[in-house]
Amino acid sequence: MTATLNPPSTAGATATSRRLTTAKAIVEAIGQEMETAPSVILLGEDVGAYGGIFSSTTGLLEKFGPTRVLDTPISETAFIGLATGAAVEGLRPIVELMFVDFMGVCLDQIYNHLAKIHFESGGNVSVPVVLTTAVGGGYSDGAQHSQCLWGTFAHLPGLKVVVPSNPYDAKGLMTAAIRDDNPVVYMFHKGVMGLPWMAKNRRSTGEVPAESYQVEIGRASVARRGTDVTVVTVSLSVHHALDVAEQLESDGISAEVIDLRSLVPLDRAAIRESVARTGRLVVVDEDYLSFGMSAEVIASVVEHDPRMLTRAPIRVAVPDVPIPYARELEYAVLPTRARIEAAIRGVMQG
Amino acid sequence: MTDRNDSAAPGPDVRRELYRTMVLIRSFEEAILADYHADKKPAWDIGAGLIPGEMHLSAGQEPVAAGVCAHLRADDAVTATHRPHHFALAHGVDIDRMAAEIYGRETGLGRGRGGHMHLFDPATHFSCSGIIAEGYPPALGQAFAFKHRGGDGVAVAVTGEGAANQGAFHESLNLAALWQLPVVFVVEDNDWGISVPRSASTAVPDNSVRAAAYGMPGIRVEENAVEGVYSAAGEAVERARFGGGPTLIEVHTLRLWGHFEGDAQGYRPELADVPGRDPIPAYEASLRADGVLDEDEISRIRTEAAARVERAVQFAKDSPHPDPAQAREYVFAGAS
Ligand SMILES: Cc1ncc(C[n+]2csc(CCOP(=O)(O)OP(=O)(O)O)c2C)c(N)n1
Repeated sequence: MTATLNPPSTAGATATSRRLTTAKAIVEAIGQEMETAPSVILLGEDVGAYGGIFSSTTGLLEKFGPTRVLDTPISETAFIGLATGAAVEGLRPIVELMFVDFMGVCLDQIYNHLAKIHFESGGNVSVPVVLTTAVGGGYSDGAQHSQCLWGTFAHLPGLKVVVPSNPYDAKGLMTAAIRDDNPVVYMFHKGVMGLPWMAKNRRSTGEVPAESYQVEIGRASVARRGTDVTVVTVSLSVHHALDVAEQLESDGISAEVIDLRSLVPLDRAAIRESVARTGRLVVVDEDYLSFGMSAEVIASVVEHDPRMLTRAPIRVAVPDVPIPYARELEYAVLPTRARIEAAIRGVMQG
Repeated sequence: MTDRNDSAAPGPDVRRELYRTMVLIRSFEEAILADYHADKKPAWDIGAGLIPGEMHLSAGQEPVAAGVCAHLRADDAVTATHRPHHFALAHGVDIDRMAAEIYGRETGLGRGRGGHMHLFDPATHFSCSGIIAEGYPPALGQAFAFKHRGGDGVAVAVTGEGAANQGAFHESLNLAALWQLPVVFVVEDNDWGISVPRSASTAVPDNSVRAAAYGMPGIRVEENAVEGVYSAAGEAVERARFGGGPTLIEVHTLRLWGHFEGDAQGYRPELADVPGRDPIPAYEASLRADGVLDEDEISRIRTEAAARVERAVQFAKDSPHPDPAQAREYVFAGAS
């Protein structure tokens, strides 16, 4: 697989495209799939009248009614397990876990059932579920409402893990996720949704074609071309990395930014192709540092050919501490623009 | 030591105290409400301002906390929810350090690490959690420890009615009854789990009936009135303290404000008549009618509460912010 060049601001600008927030792009993809496929249902907490706490389901109840859009009790084990069972019987459920941090109460249904049934059945049973969930911090929601945890899901075999950073990808990846015959964990960072009540990067709104389309799951995109250093990242950190890369251009540093878009499958070829040109690697990950995505990205290069790196790689991630509440503490552990810039400058000097 | 009289109708001193507790809680919530919204600028931004993050306030639910905690000692435990302020204050958590935590200061209960959903106070055995129903299991453990050491401590575990559909709720009821642990399970039924009404989340009209499935007494307090809660809780706390095992109490209470601040509550058809159901003016009127409090005493209690809250908020605002250089501390004991 090779990465596609896909700058979010212009990606897919067609005659029919409009500027949408990531949240609206997600809703549009779900709505279009629900229109064409009666087997698609949507369930979760506050996905009906409220429209999803992070606006990931706005208007779908009104359009498709309460037999296909269902508010659930706060019973994640029961309703995520229900999605698994319904998928086994031929429905294509989209099920929302409001915050990824709540996976603790229902993880068994996710990693021992949803993820493993296809394997345990020797390929005879498919479980086409999309598990959507909100991730990420930066707004002082504390240690139980600010985590990313995509590395945890990526670690568990049997789950595809999709992490869009912008509206265009969000819509195309959602369409692809719904049509995929595998369980797909679809993780949207609250900070990329374009919510009116949260500080946002301009990249959380962008061009989105009106018609249905897919973005292939497992294919990274080169969010920005550069020649000196490769910055590999996902989700909201893509926005920060692009901001830093733009700013460093005037200092004569040309940073390439790779948006992985999915962790499973991981587009290792795209990482290698870029590092082969730049020789320098920075990995930015809003998840915890150790045993996670950042190490996996570096391993993708080093296991292939350690000589591709002319400098030791640098990781910018949450340093193995729960996300603190107080703003100054939280921003001391998040992968901020300042930390990304320091890492890029560091790897340039190194 | 609690005696039998506690369970009966409360006398004038207790009634004044219940009122005082409710007024203190309301004053606190109003102060937080004002500061929370004061500086979410330029556009309303949840992460901005003096108090950032999600904010779940307990206005309207004061009768539950005041009525239950009136029977507790500082060495009894309380595990509360994402909406914890009323129980924290009623149980005697230090108001200054609690405010400082909410303002994210180094002097806070958790040195600014926890925030409003994560208040931990070893002095009063108080804790809370932002994960629905997950405060129930630790309360079992605290009750177990009290009993194990031969003490007569009681643990009170609080959830909302939405949480009563979570596995942890049911597992906890069973285990507490099986091992006859000194626990009082409190369910605050405020009709709503965010935007989902009880009727759309719960297969039974009343969670107290679920107690029968676990062989423990279940009580529903239908009115959001502190004295009814006080009586029911008195019996339950006494049962737990004297070896009679757990009780489940559900109180039909009221969420006076939004689920969290910023919630427009468009899903809530009865919104217009919610303010008229405020339990505090109603209790005040009954105390006045019974000659327990006169106008002067009422205004003194209100003034004192407001002043106490103001001091707490000032303490918080005067306190230092945490040092970012210490952001990695307190992950492991003995390592800082
Ligand atoms: C396991 C889990 N699921 C979902 C949530 C999100 N959530 C926070 S509060 C809430 C509603 C809780 O309703 P209820 O228990 O009735 O308490 P109330 O908010 O009404 O006080 C939900 C769904 C959560 N915090 N934890």
